[in-house]
Amino acid sequence: MRYSFLSLLANAVTGQKLWSAAWRDAKPKPAYDAVIVGGGGHGLATAYYLAKKHGVRNVAVVEKGWIGSGNAGRNTTIIRSNYGLPGNIPFYEWSMKLWEGLERELNYNAMVSQRGILNLYHSDPQRDAYARRGNAMRLHGVDAELLDREQVREMLPFLDFDNARFPIQGGLLHRRGGTARHDGVVWGYARAADRLGVDIVQNCEVTGFIRDGDRIAGVETTLGPIRAGKVGLAVAGNSSRLAAMAGLRLPIESHVLQAFVSEGIKPLIPGVITFGAGHFYVSQSDKGGLVFGGDIDGYNSYAQRGNLPVVEDVCEGGMALMPLIGRLRLLRGWGGIMDMSMDGSPIIDRSPLPGLYLNTGWCYGGFKATPASGWCFAHAIAKDEPHPAAAAYRLDRFATGHLINEKGVGAQPNLH
Amino acid sequence: MRIPCPYCGPRDAHEFTYLGDATVTRPDPAAPDAAAAFHAYAHLRDNPAGPHEELWYHGGGCRGWLRVTRDTLTHAITGARFAADSSVSAPSVAKDPS
Repeated sequence: MRYSFLSLLANAVTGQKLWSAAWRDAKPKPAYDAVIVGGGGHGLATAYYLAKKHGVRNVAVVEKGWIGSGNAGRNTTIIRSNYGLPGNIPFYEWSMKLWEGLERELNYNAMVSQRGILNLYHSDPQRDAYARRGNAMRLHGVDAELLDREQVREMLPFLDFDNARFPIQGGLLHRRGGTARHDGVVWGYARAADRLGVDIVQNCEVTGFIRDGDRIAGVETTLGPIRAGKVGLAVAGNSSRLAAMAGLRLPIESHVLQAFVSEGIKPLIPGVITFGAGHFYVSQSDKGGLVFGGDIDGYNSYAQRGNLPVVEDVCEGGMALMPLIGRLRLLRGWGGIMDMSMDGSPIIDRSPLPGLYLNTGWCYGGFKATPASGWCFAHAIAKDEPHPAAAAYRLDRFATGHLINEKGVGAQPNLH
Repeated sequence: MRIPCPYCGPRDAHEFTYLGDATVTRPDPAAPDAAAAFHAYAHLRDNPAGPHEELWYHGGGCRGWLRVTRDTLTHAITGARFAADSSVSAPSVAKDPS
């Protein structure tokens, strides 16, 4: 059923009984043209664009749990295009453009809200760095405004401007950034892909690969073997484990990132705010809870839960920025596992094995990339060549030295 | 998470800095395949889900480099010894000739 004012009205007068399931709970067929492993936002978006843009409709998405149960269901919902390096800006801006048309494209309310993102600066060198980044963004047609202290104070009067160690001097404002409802994105892509004939197979864990000589020719799963002309991996957090089944070692470590939600309060924070002197970012959900996070725990983990030092560090960052949150209670916190790459940037590429394609290394920036990641990964799978917007995200860049180190912190995952 | 430092006893993870996988060893720069070997050394990781040998620096304590065995699925630590006592060659400060 296509969602519209009329469908709402029809259901309103008939007791909400006309709604149909948003997608079929498919059983796997023996073979597909393409199988995407991983039913998160990236995997579903890939399947959707494969069907929509490249006419590859004989596609399955296999997911070990239920769709969206991984990082898509546990992130902090921020979307933005405020990157500074040539390899990154076109990709994230393309993602932002896709976000802007996503709900119309999918006929689904993903609650995309361009409420703005403000990166605060606290020193002269940081102001210069943000001015440079803002200029790089504007040269690529991305919006950016450098605000001074008084402009920030007008927007966010409750911040601690006179903090003794890190007084706020201003901020870089990216008005088109904001938030989107993470589950809505997953459900929207699932429904739209399903309508194009994509099979979404849940509770189906991949346990190995089918090979024809060197070629990857499908996947072994808990629901039996599924042959495929092409296999794409979009399994953030578990990329190394899947790649190891194919005999590949990746430039990836899995790390846990914690995030937190406070109890619900009245509207306080209009957009997304980031603390430039430490690592803390916060927005307010439409239910009223403050959603915030900071650094990763910093050591290899598959545990989907973090440890207390980072909880303390994140809360200290929040208190330094806006002491008024000190009396808020923490409603819940959670940990997601992400595949941290060695340079902090993603990989969308063919693998060294024919028939196997990689979408990995999103570090903790995967959510905002969902639409463009799917778009570019579908292109790579369908055409066997990188999409121009993701041409820098090659796997061999680590061997050739073409790293994309947005933070400039070195080749170590826990620094990104 | 508490790490049982062999010198200081069990201490909060707060006191430590993580370096990463302890099983990678620095290749011989004079070897004919040095470029590929250094790429693998610097970038490629096994990244196991389960027991993991890793290096931690006890900067908030004895300043020793430790080789810790930790389960990445549970965060349970089953062993910690000085890295200098093992055959790892990674961040061996004692070997600096200057």
